[in-house]
Amino acid sequence: MSYMPHTDLERQQMLAAIGVTTIEDLFEAVPSTHRFPRLNLPKPMSEMEIVAELAALSDANEHAGDFASFRGAGAYHHFIPAAISHIVLRGEFLTAYTPYQPEVSQGTLQAIFEYQSMMCALTGMDAANASHYDGATSLAEAVTVALDVARGKRNKIILSHGINPQYRAVLRTYHQGRDLKIVGDSGRADIADLIEMLDEHTAMVAVQYPNFFGQIDDFALLAERVHQAGALLVIVTNPITLGLLKPPGELGADIVVGEGQPLGIPLSFGGPYLGFFACRTEYVRKIAGRIVGETLDQDGKRAFVMTLRPREQDIRRDKASSNICTNQGLMSLTAAVYLSLMGKHGLRKVAELCYHKAHYAAKQISALPGFSVDTSKPFFNEFVIKCPRPVAALNDILIEKGIMGGYDLGQDYAHLKDHMLLCVTEMNSKAEIDALVEGLKEATI
Amino acid sequence: MSEQLIYDLGSPGRCGVLLPDCDVPQEAIPAELLRADLDLPEVGELQVIRHFTRLSSLNYSIDKGFYPLGSCTMKYNPKLNEDTARMPGFAQLHPLTDGAGSQGALALMYQLQEWLAEISGFKAVSLAPAAGAQGEFAGILMIRKYHVDRGDNKRTKILIPNSAHGTNPATVTMAGFTAVELPSDENGDVDLAALRAACDDTVAGMMITVPNTLGLFESHILEVVKAVHECGGLMYMDGANMNALMGVVKPGELGFDVMHYNLHKTFSTPHGGGGPGSGPVGVNEKLVPYLPGPVAQIIEAAEEADDAPLYGLVMPEKSIGRLKAFHGNFGMHVRAYTYIRANGDEGIRGISRHAALNANYVRVRLQDTYKIPYNRYCGHEFVLEGHFEGVENVHALDISKRLMDYGFHPPTNYFPLIVPEALMIEPTETEDKATLDGFIDAMKKIAAEAHENPDLLRSAPHTAPVSRLDEVRAAKQLVLCCRPIPEWAG
Repeated sequence: MSYMPHTDLERQQMLAAIGVTTIEDLFEAVPSTHRFPRLNLPKPMSEMEIVAELAALSDANEHAGDFASFRGAGAYHHFIPAAISHIVLRGEFLTAYTPYQPEVSQGTLQAIFEYQSMMCALTGMDAANASHYDGATSLAEAVTVALDVARGKRNKIILSHGINPQYRAVLRTYHQGRDLKIVGDSGRADIADLIEMLDEHTAMVAVQYPNFFGQIDDFALLAERVHQAGALLVIVTNPITLGLLKPPGELGADIVVGEGQPLGIPLSFGGPYLGFFACRTEYVRKIAGRIVGETLDQDGKRAFVMTLRPREQDIRRDKASSNICTNQGLMSLTAAVYLSLMGKHGLRKVAELCYHKAHYAAKQISALPGFSVDTSKPFFNEFVIKCPRPVAALNDILIEKGIMGGYDLGQDYAHLKDHMLLCVTEMNSKAEIDALVEGLKEATI
Repeated sequence: MSEQLIYDLGSPGRCGVLLPDCDVPQEAIPAELLRADLDLPEVGELQVIRHFTRLSSLNYSIDKGFYPLGSCTMKYNPKLNEDTARMPGFAQLHPLTDGAGSQGALALMYQLQEWLAEISGFKAVSLAPAAGAQGEFAGILMIRKYHVDRGDNKRTKILIPNSAHGTNPATVTMAGFTAVELPSDENGDVDLAALRAACDDTVAGMMITVPNTLGLFESHILEVVKAVHECGGLMYMDGANMNALMGVVKPGELGFDVMHYNLHKTFSTPHGGGGPGSGPVGVNEKLVPYLPGPVAQIIEAAEEADDAPLYGLVMPEKSIGRLKAFHGNFGMHVRAYTYIRANGDEGIRGISRHAALNANYVRVRLQDTYKIPYNRYCGHEFVLEGHFEGVENVHALDISKRLMDYGFHPPTNYFPLIVPEALMIEPTETEDKATLDGFIDAMKKIAAEAHENPDLLRSAPHTAPVSRLDEVRAAKQLVLCCRPIPEWAG
């Protein structure tokens, strides 16, 4: 299929206007030794054939539509109302560019402003940006803000091992060119141990809420001590949990980041997702990424525009703190539509369903011989079970029963061999949970 | 016709979604964990649909009209791509699905890596970067690690032409290097003498956009590559303008060591009002071990010719690491795969040729009306000067805003920085001649208006949903959120 509309006649007319005989004449500046190479690509395919090929590839995957899924660990299978894709697929949103020309981009700009407002409400912060690539890169960008707030005089970053391991890996990738001391997450340090690590070199402490194991830690003392030490407290969080749980702003966070995927964005094998980033007003001029603000047009009409632009790379160039030049525009729109549809009451209900179903599942599994559930701390909708057999072996058996089991924590944590991280959401019916429990039981007989 | 805020449309108690009752026994949730209030809208589904539909109507978009936004490649985004990306086995596939359960997705990623490598002449490709800027970052980190691994620690500089995108110098700083700007010569090419003078053993590499941001192919690209290689530096190609090169030249064959692709430009994935993007990186042999991961690989060859091999996700041996959680923006990979499939060899070859045909046609038709510096055959875009001799106080911005009244999106304004009052025009290959003629006519009428009635331009747009905005006020009052700030936030 060709997406080029040119007819032979038009091509000839255009070439004549330019004053050349063939299109190839336009490329004389390209070294002739390397011009017009052979392209070893397949022949064009019709739409019908493409759909058939991709449907076959799609069908070859074990996905959450066909299996009862209990896998989370950073990506979550939640209910997505039908209305969302109908809005997001509108060409006016889908095929618009970054709103650099605000007069013809008010739709995108107001949607981002509403997204920012809802993220502030959820997290309990004063300001949110228009988004980063994902939760992991939002956390990495928080480090840059913390270093900037410390005016380059502090270089120690304390991380909890309860932060998603992939997020911590991304943070290290981002800052490998800098002279930083990143500590706290190599062993099993708990919150009290992190407090011990605080010193005058510490720029930031980051924790996750609920942590990677689904548990809810008490950050009261940590927040106090971090601020006494003159560092920033960054809390990584899951927005669905905030339908029910205290907002991180209330817990003393200076910056709140996380993965917005649970807010109506499909799993899509890991992306595109939505990195949200919210902070206290005093840091807003130091954060990276687009920010939309309210203003007036010449006729006094309320309107929206990208603001604090001089922070950004296209203006500040090598002095910019980040090179980010997109935001997850369509994903932030998705989250805005999701949060509007769910609203005050729906999001709370979703969070309650997640909580109750997870606790029911945990209770049933804890009664199984050979399994134990870690209930040392309150948890939300993810929890850790210790298994009598390797997790991979259990999951192989469960998948045969139409169940996608939990995440194998032994992959990331040496001390958690044979420990499975289970996730239960509103999508899991009681029948599915009972089947999981039955499956685990049978798998160990 | 301004639209109310979603918060102002609600009524207490309303909800847009009916959720099922809880079907398991419920336990009391510890009260000390709970939030006191949740300040979200209380609206119904129809209100949500109308609100966002009305908002959408305030946007300009490719689906609505011509979008000649230079350096952004606003080509048609095929609808088929959206359908394939939403197939259930892709859209509902958990990123931590075991290898055996994700063979379809891995096969697609592997094939896309292979096609992108073939198109650009590179040895291997990683799809991990989430956007072009992240691809740049990955590329510069690879160059850094390559030198560090060889014990070559004195290389602290990256050379960048002054016509570069802002992301290039910002990337260099992020990776811990210093950006050194190189001047352009009178033809719009890199000044070779300045380049040679800058090349020494402290140069880690050079970042260059091909064609450059004037839309021009560097006349001496092979000399540029040679000069940097001779001093031990590596060459990074910013692939933002790859829409000018497919089937025209392979950057890998020109001697580039690494480049990024913008799937949301060249490979038709939608811009979505600012993202998501996707910025895979391609590398030559010596950087393959450093690729960001994971990458899709064949981990077990097929036994029979008709069988599929076994694919897996692998972290390259000396990888710079993970750039984001999971494995890149997979949804964008499905769209780009679909696009390459639809175009095939013939289509891919035709894209850059027709992008250049359209850009040169508009350039030639406007060259008597507007000043075009560096006026020679261009690639997929060109830059003209948006001001007129004898007309004071009419700027590129005024021309841009007036174009809105004619139903067109403005070109890119004030970039590249080396052209005064720059207007950068990129028509893309998907526009037909009649559309281009309409745009050319509008540009000519605006030029006439600038002389006859310049206020018409200065006060434009007249027909857009809002008039020009008070940007100073926005930055000063800094209203970023429409909700009252809770007490604890102080």
